Amino acid sequence: MTSEKAVESISCPACKSDFDSETLRKNLNTCPSCSHHFRMEPWDRIAYLADPDSFIEFCKNMKSLNPIAMDGYEEKLTEATRKSNLSDAVITGTCTIDKQPVVLALMSFSFMGGSMGSVVGEKITRAIMTGVDKRCPVIIYATSGGARMQEGIFSLMQMAKTASAAAELDRAGLPLFLVLCDPTTGGVTASFAMLGDITIAEPGALIGFAGPRVIEGTIKQTLPEGFQRAEFQLEKGFVDTIVPRKDQREFFVRLLKMHRGKPAGANAPGSAGHEREDQA
Amino acid sequence: MSSSKKVENKIEELKKMATEHGVDISDEIARITEKIQETSRGSRAWKRVELARNPDRPRALDIIKNICDDFIELHGDRHFGDDLALVGGIGIIDGIAVTIIGNQKGRNLKETMARNGGMANPEGYRKALRLAKQAEKFGRPIITLIDTQGAYPGLGAEERGIGEAIAVNLREFSQLKTPIICIIIGEGGSGGALGIGVGDKIYMLENAVYSVISPEGYASILLRDSSQAKNAAAMMKITAEDVLDLKICNGIIPEPTGGAQVDPATSSKSIKEVIVRDLKDLMTRNPSVLVRYRNQKIRTIGHFVEECQ
Repeated sequence: MTSEKAVESISCPACKSDFDSETLRKNLNTCPSCSHHFRMEPWDRIAYLADPDSFIEFCKNMKSLNPIAMDGYEEKLTEATRKSNLSDAVITGTCTIDKQPVVLALMSFSFMGGSMGSVVGEKITRAIMTGVDKRCPVIIYATSGGARMQEGIFSLMQMAKTASAAAELDRAGLPLFLVLCDPTTGGVTASFAMLGDITIAEPGALIGFAGPRVIEGTIKQTLPEGFQRAEFQLEKGFVDTIVPRKDQREFFVRLLKMHRGKPAGANAPGSAGHEREDQA
Repeated sequence: MSSSKKVENKIEELKKMATEHGVDISDEIARITEKIQETSRGSRAWKRVELARNPDRPRALDIIKNICDDFIELHGDRHFGDDLALVGGIGIIDGIAVTIIGNQKGRNLKETMARNGGMANPEGYRKALRLAKQAEKFGRPIITLIDTQGAYPGLGAEERGIGEAIAVNLREFSQLKTPIICIIIGEGGSGGALGIGVGDKIYMLENAVYSVISPEGYASILLRDSSQAKNAAAMMKITAEDVLDLKICNGIIPEPTGGAQVDPATSSKSIKEVIVRDLKDLMTRNPSVLVRYRNQKIRTIGHFVEECQ
């Protein structure tokens, strides 16, 4: 959680092997011994995924307001910006991956737990709508604790808002690809994160609606090992495949090729001429 | 008329009576007025939470019985089972065939257990979607009656994809080419409420609440003190008046003094009036235009600034 760039020593929580932060960084934030996936920040992912210098960020200066005048929220935001160097919990933009254009949205768990308030909702919505306008695929890297409670009902409504945008992309016949990272829970899971045409998970990522402690509180027993992890979600049928980080770029190169050359406007049931006649 | 307005009127009446009879009750009046102001915000919000959760409050099926000339309940999601926490069916309201979907809490312990306290599992949301799609197919408007603490945070719910079930409802309800009226009749809790809460018109009963998390949840997570729930209720702006002020709902449906449970028939009558009035308007609109407006409205919700550099 520290922001200093100095080399520090790190111990893998999974296999307990020791290495330094520079080794971890070079290894795409995965453990060099057991490939345990540590969390990764949006800009590091962009550096790995996008063709060099192809990423053009949009809504760079969008900042949150305090819509329900919640005590202490402004201070929280200032603190989060200072710590993470981000203006909110998502970075959006366009780029190419092996010369194939995509819209990219990447969430950051280090900004207030990746929580979705008005800014995250608006930026995700605009990213998806940019996909509609530019007729190109949208890739979202999700990681979030859920809705940003300090924005009250407005944070809840961002779920409907992002889902509405996803519906628009769906109607336009354009693909939405989701990568679920550790952790993806709450209102983000219950909206755009579960609306991908193709859903990829990072190994070991916690993916669910209610958090494990909330569930344990409800059922009054300890959850089984691996519950809600990526591998569990694959078994239960909620993700298409688990792709280790080092393979993700190559995976998207292949996937994007498979979605190339789709005729514009195909599979758009909402287009003109499909109006119901039973309601004047 | 709101309850507080009624109290004010009552005080005015008392004052008048006192003057007529030559009695000085100004001290008493001052005390009462002060008390009312003091208990406003914090406890006013909490009072709403208590009323919204009142076990005698009319449930979705009570309201359906009161507002429909006929109703046939339909069961099951066709994949896993039937969720008794989320009910639905076809009804006739003022001669109009509608599909009604609602969260159903129990009234006594046995029923509360059978209905899982109104907390639906994925199959509940999938039943709701099945019935909603059916409504669209047959050109029936949809009425949803929202009354839940939230979706059920249980083991099975997670295994069967509660997050996915709600997400799909949000996407699909946004696109249904038929009018949708959503009414929060009690607790509007989080994603579990929103899962049947996307529509053209959103109403709240006077004592209903709508929030992203329960006041208890907010208090324990953000204030790190679960005993702060009353304060959290006020801070979160969850009452019908708050939600109307924030322009998330279209209107407030009045309840009898003391709450809907005092006079369920009158309360249902008010609900019916709003539904009938709005249906008459919404049903004249082109369904495609309706969908476009619905989505435009949803997509403009949020508060942010874009600074130029």
